[in-house]
Amino acid sequence: MSPRSDRITVSEWLTAWRLDVPLLTGLLICLALGLLVLYSASGQSMQMMTNQALRLGVGLVAMFVVAQIPPEWYRTAAPWLYGLSVALLLIVIAVGTTAMGAQRWLDLGFIRFQPSELVKLAVPLCVAAFLHDRALPPGWRVVLVTLLLLAVPAVLIGLQPDLGTALLVVAAGAFVVFLAGVHWRLMALLALLAAAAGPLLWYNMHSYQKTRVLTLLNPASDPTGAGYHITQSKIAIGSGGLFGKGWLNGSQAHLNFLPESNTDFVFAVFAEETGLMGVLALLTVYFFIILRGLYIAWRSQDTFQRLLAGSLSLTFFVYVFVNIGMVIGILPVVGVPLPLVSYGGTSMVVLLMSFGMLMSINTHRRLLAT
Amino acid sequence: MAADSSLKDHALERAVFISRAAVACVIMLLLLGVLVTRLSFLQVFQYDYYGTRSDDNRMRVQLAAPVRGLIYDREGRLLADNLPAYRLDLIPEQVEDIDAALERLSRYIALTPTDLERFNKRRRGQPRFRPVPLRFNLTQAEVARFEVNRRDFPGMEVRAGLRRHYPLGELTSHVVGYVGAINERELKTIDEQSYRGISQIGKSGVELAHEGLLRGTPGSRIVEANALGRPLRELEYNRPTPGQNIHLTLDARLQAAAYAAMGENEGAIVALDPRNGDLLAAVSKPGFDPEAFIDGITQKDYNALLTHPGRPLFDRVLQGQYPPGSTVKPLMALAALEENIIDPRRRVWCPGYFELPNSERKWRDWKRDGHGWVNMAEAIYRSSDVYFYKMSMDLGIDNISRFGARFGLGEPLGIDMPREKGGILPSREWKRARKNVHWFPGETLNTVIGQGYMTSTPLQLAHMTALLAMRGQGWRPRVLAESEDAISGHRQLNQPSPWPAITLKDAGHWNLIIGAMEDVVHNPRGTARKISLNAPYRIAGKTGTSQVYGLAQDQAAPDLEDVERQLRDHALFVAFAPIDDPRIAVAVLIEHGGGGGAVAAPIAREVLDAYLLQKPPLQARARLEGTR
Repeated sequence: MSPRSDRITVSEWLTAWRLDVPLLTGLLICLALGLLVLYSASGQSMQMMTNQALRLGVGLVAMFVVAQIPPEWYRTAAPWLYGLSVALLLIVIAVGTTAMGAQRWLDLGFIRFQPSELVKLAVPLCVAAFLHDRALPPGWRVVLVTLLLLAVPAVLIGLQPDLGTALLVVAAGAFVVFLAGVHWRLMALLALLAAAAGPLLWYNMHSYQKTRVLTLLNPASDPTGAGYHITQSKIAIGSGGLFGKGWLNGSQAHLNFLPESNTDFVFAVFAEETGLMGVLALLTVYFFIILRGLYIAWRSQDTFQRLLAGSLSLTFFVYVFVNIGMVIGILPVVGVPLPLVSYGGTSMVVLLMSFGMLMSINTHRRLLAT
Repeated sequence: MAADSSLKDHALERAVFISRAAVACVIMLLLLGVLVTRLSFLQVFQYDYYGTRSDDNRMRVQLAAPVRGLIYDREGRLLADNLPAYRLDLIPEQVEDIDAALERLSRYIALTPTDLERFNKRRRGQPRFRPVPLRFNLTQAEVARFEVNRRDFPGMEVRAGLRRHYPLGELTSHVVGYVGAINERELKTIDEQSYRGISQIGKSGVELAHEGLLRGTPGSRIVEANALGRPLRELEYNRPTPGQNIHLTLDARLQAAAYAAMGENEGAIVALDPRNGDLLAAVSKPGFDPEAFIDGITQKDYNALLTHPGRPLFDRVLQGQYPPGSTVKPLMALAALEENIIDPRRRVWCPGYFELPNSERKWRDWKRDGHGWVNMAEAIYRSSDVYFYKMSMDLGIDNISRFGARFGLGEPLGIDMPREKGGILPSREWKRARKNVHWFPGETLNTVIGQGYMTSTPLQLAHMTALLAMRGQGWRPRVLAESEDAISGHRQLNQPSPWPAITLKDAGHWNLIIGAMEDVVHNPRGTARKISLNAPYRIAGKTGTSQVYGLAQDQAAPDLEDVERQLRDHALFVAFAPIDDPRIAVAVLIEHGGGGGAVAAPIAREVLDAYLLQKPPLQARARLEGTR
């Protein structure tokens, strides 16, 4: 399967290198849009562009490498990876670097690294590998074990505290269980339990987290404090109108009214400069990527691959939904970046690695006897 | 593993997966629908609202104050001007150690504790990139010293602006008035839109009266600013419209002459042109430095002005209400002639006192021995009180108040100046309303010689004299001659407004009264005969000496040495000239000056000379003078 022929198309060549062309196209479109928005949001800072391009390069190389490895290897490595990431989470809690009031970073000297990002991969991998060997749909005992597998890292991340990531990790694991076909009645029971845990969660939340939730309900209550982000973000989006103010013309971001305009709130800049039309285009690309992921899952050849690919795709949707929902003021402000667009290192690389796994699943196909 | 695999049903798993993925897709589409709905709501339905909010965020309006109109006298001499003034600003952001910088600066530029206190007060709560004024009104020398060493003072700069200047200073302090910072009370009454960016407002005199003409229209500069308010670029600029230049009826040379003629006295001089009501001169002494108010007067200086015994802030011309004394006698005689009460030729015995029927009280003439037999003209030019006491018995208070009102007594005349007082023209109704007591006959005796309740302003006396000079065909006093658009130069004439004509049953009565007033000056026995000496024109006048019964209530207790002076009579003189072609009517009031003939009349003569004997002005304002 290596490129030998003299007259192969680019698409064939890429496929030969185990890259999925439609998925890659969608990703590259998103990444390109992301760089453009970032250039504008950062006030045309070439330094930030270089940084981000560097990370993209690392991410794409990581994706490429991940795609070369057969999916079976991941299934084998899954428990080890899970153990490693839990261990790293414990280390973070013990010695991690504090940034912006939360202990999330592990400083390895040459690179600063967020173990919780690794967990986002490790958990679905581990749960999918676990269910791969079980009869599906899973019984309640199996579900209980998977819940435990979810809960350990989720609690550790929640302690950092990083509620957003913890919920995303739970979501990633839960999607595996969901796609494995857990019975609707069991799901309803779990949902009920989750709802019952709500108040418990609320009383254990930090006051700033509570404020974020309350602010969502009434942003005008505190327009200069907690509500300021969301108010300025809505102004940026609303003032974009149908067609936007044009690239590099988003006054909300350029004049510093919009906070976090490079990272969590970059979507507001995009919406301000490209308007509803640009936003719809971006959502279409995102949805295309998700559908492609689900298609790969559908075409995959074993339970592990199917569950993993499905879960990764749905988790990607959750990223998109939570970030945009937060920026447009229908979800509380949690620190979830806009995937493939926001400025940031670890999450971008991990995300591209997850797409590398999808590509690996799609390109390492065995010929099955029929 | 193999055992498990055997239990697995791959087909079933796939079917379950497909159904679950389908459910997930439906849910995702629903959630995407939520996002799109919300985004459409924000970007389409609320676009106008958020677009405006965004503009509000980024756009800052910087106001550009208009240049205030200039004020000229009738010959084009500047009375109020705008001069460049230098202000030293400090930008806190650009100064590393402010205290040290101020310390260094004080070697070149004097900084008083007041300056520093004001600076620190202004600094608070300001963004650090915004310039804060440190010193106002730097001298050229200070500017030069600063500029030479300016490299030592990063973050400080000298800014040039305009500051109101009154070339004649104290000379015109009341009539031209002054500007000052808009205070809270004014803030409530002015139209905020018209004063955007304007910090000064006319406080008194013409500056206040014609504020609307002088002010101009503020302009604005719309700039894009970041979230900290730092301006980044200009989006729009609306040029301010300068205020109108105005030309007054005032004659600065006459004003100066009148001011000089007054000497060290306290009092007022008003000169009107009887032919159109032009206010030619209006002096109230003592005056004050009008520029003291511009940058804000200190409480100490203000208190000094308020407690000064001469009450320099008090405009005697418009607000001083004095008993007019004998200056109203010609008017009273005219009223009696009009009512057919007296025969001007009939002589009356003046023994120096007068008694009402059924009364023990003696009403004294100012001349203890009396004037002997006097007819009406003699009673005027020799100023017999007894003649008028007797006359008043028949004339009555009702005729006096009715006739006085036609000459503008008792009410403000309506000159285009602020805070004009109207004096008191007593009447039965007035007394009932004010004192709730009916009118006593004895009070008519006081009124007919301009004493008792009766008071009037110097302006009213000059106006009354002008009406006599014009035989009842006079004009309402005014100070604005014309306004001039500062850009186009287009001039708008302020048409004089006629005073309600006073028509007598017998126009010959005017001549009788004016003749008697001529005798006041030119008759060897006239009370102002001294001023006829070498007069190349004929003057009609009337002296007055108004008694000061006691200290006014609002006056501070004077020093013992001052008591005698404070109790001395006010000296008054009203006059117009030349008699056959009246060009000027004047009223002179010298507080505690003593006799009108001795003190006030010579001052009036100086004023008349200054006006009538001057060389014709270069630009005769024919259109102003030929309006009648």
